[in-house]
Amino acid sequence: MTGRFGFLRRRLLQLIPVVLGITILTFFLLRLIPGDPARQILGQHYTPTAAAAIHKKLGLDEPVWTQYRLFMDRLVHGNLGQSIYYNESAGSLITQRLPATMFLIVYAAVLAAIISIPVGILAALRQGGVFDQSTRLASLVAFAMPSFWVGIVLLLIFALKLQLFPVSGYGNGLTDHLWHLFLPALTIALAFSTIVIRTLRASMLQTMRMDFVDTARIKGISRMVVLMRHVVRNAIVSVVVVFGINLAYLVSNTVIIENVFSIPGLGQLLVDSVSSRDYAVVQGTTLVLAFFVVAVNLLTDLAYAALDPRVRYE
Amino acid sequence: MLGTSDALLAAMEGRSRSRRRLGSGRVTLAVGVLILGTIIVAAAAAPLLTSYKPDAIDPLNPLAHPFTHGHPLGTDAFGRDILSRILYGGRIDLLIAFGATSVTVVCGTVIGLVSGYFGGWVDTVIMRIVDLVFAFPFLVLVIAIIAMLGPSIFNMFVAIWLTSWISYARITRGHTLVAKRQEYTLAARALGYTNRRVMLRHVLPNVVSFVIIFAMVDAVGNVALGASLGFLGLGAQPPSPEWGVMISDGQNYLLSAWWLSTLPGVALILVGIGFSLIGDGLADILRPGE
Repeated sequence: MTGRFGFLRRRLLQLIPVVLGITILTFFLLRLIPGDPARQILGQHYTPTAAAAIHKKLGLDEPVWTQYRLFMDRLVHGNLGQSIYYNESAGSLITQRLPATMFLIVYAAVLAAIISIPVGILAALRQGGVFDQSTRLASLVAFAMPSFWVGIVLLLIFALKLQLFPVSGYGNGLTDHLWHLFLPALTIALAFSTIVIRTLRASMLQTMRMDFVDTARIKGISRMVVLMRHVVRNAIVSVVVVFGINLAYLVSNTVIIENVFSIPGLGQLLVDSVSSRDYAVVQGTTLVLAFFVVAVNLLTDLAYAALDPRVRYE
Repeated sequence: MLGTSDALLAAMEGRSRSRRRLGSGRVTLAVGVLILGTIIVAAAAAPLLTSYKPDAIDPLNPLAHPFTHGHPLGTDAFGRDILSRILYGGRIDLLIAFGATSVTVVCGTVIGLVSGYFGGWVDTVIMRIVDLVFAFPFLVLVIAIIAMLGPSIFNMFVAIWLTSWISYARITRGHTLVAKRQEYTLAARALGYTNRRVMLRHVLPNVVSFVIIFAMVDAVGNVALGASLGFLGLGAQPPSPEWGVMISDGQNYLLSAWWLSTLPGVALILVGIGFSLIGDGLADILRPGE
């Protein structure tokens, strides 16, 4: 038990510099704006008084470290600043958009697991066979396909031509969400599956060469039972790890796909806010998505440690 | 796409991306070079292959189907020839692939080499920055930087340059740490060679193959990233024939003119497959048995 808590404590301590770093980097993003941010925000409506008001609102009239302290002070109180476009707090905009994004990410992850676990296992069982070769060829092509294009093609075929799914939106209620988000989630899942299948296959092949597999077979346990109990169980752990380390990639894809299917999530909010020069919302969305990745990475690490006790004592 | 951490880990551990063997390394490499080479030549020789200008509007001939006389791939809503747009757009997308990748390869490799070779506080600082950038979803960080600089193709390059070097720094640093302890490096240092010479002549040649193999995967990611940003309106801007912009333009005519959005995507896939095959072939040839 001490091992488990020791691991948890170590892992939580590692989080502190990362979380602080994320806040510093997002804070300094605003400094990248060339020239005077007030001029960018106001555009044609630029007057010195209005600019001074914007400076005050963004805290630009203070020294940098005071600004950062102010930024952190607001952040711990859940204040992400004010959206100039929606005239609403960035925090409440993000909270409204968060559920659609989370739903889509989880949905895509589940579909990716449903697609890739059987395919990865089958490919490994007949290494070099027809199924294995065609899986590899398919993933070579799939890897080169930009996900937004795959989304458009699926939308064209299944939503516009066959009219099986809605073209856009998020819907109301659980089953409606599942129906509306099926194509977007499938698009993300297909891109993600190429990675998961590859890792699962490699991990299965590695495990099948282990001594304990031979031992189990020699003891007279059937091939099927050895596969399920010894090989697949070990290989599934690697799937958890793949999900963890590629979560950022999953989130990136979600941002693009939300824009293809007009899903009112954080990705759409982010891209819309770029064109409306809504810097507070861009900053807030970036921060929230980065925190989300860090938090889920922590959870996958803990899940990994729970599934495979060897990790805790390393 | 977008530089998956998985490919990065593979490069760090020195295994080829997937151990896929679609024929031997040389065949794979040759097919990849053939595909990519054809696209490069076609984009470069665009004026010879088509008589249309990519932005020439023909109001009398909008949304012509593929295989229409004079327009083998059809026309868009303004009557612009799709084949010509794809060929000229290829120049932009290939520029993104090479321009974004080459700068980050060089900078990231140098940073990783210095970081791994000298160690100490330089290494600590650089690696903390690397860890930090890795904590962000890559595309979100790129979009946030573009948001601050303003959407344009040049600012897109800046955003990619600012963020992509970290993968190369990480790979190079890891392999530099290994090479640093090898006897040939120790011998070179014992002979009194300068640090610069040891780094460039002894460490780098043993590290560079990992970098090159990863660069091919990264190029696939950068082509997709450039097109994605063009599609989102954050990279190349209309009326540019950049493939992502073309796909975005065609979205409004999806049902009536499917070819507007789908055909530029096929071009993107071909470029991606070309780079992937070159990467796989090189992995087989440069690092056999891994």
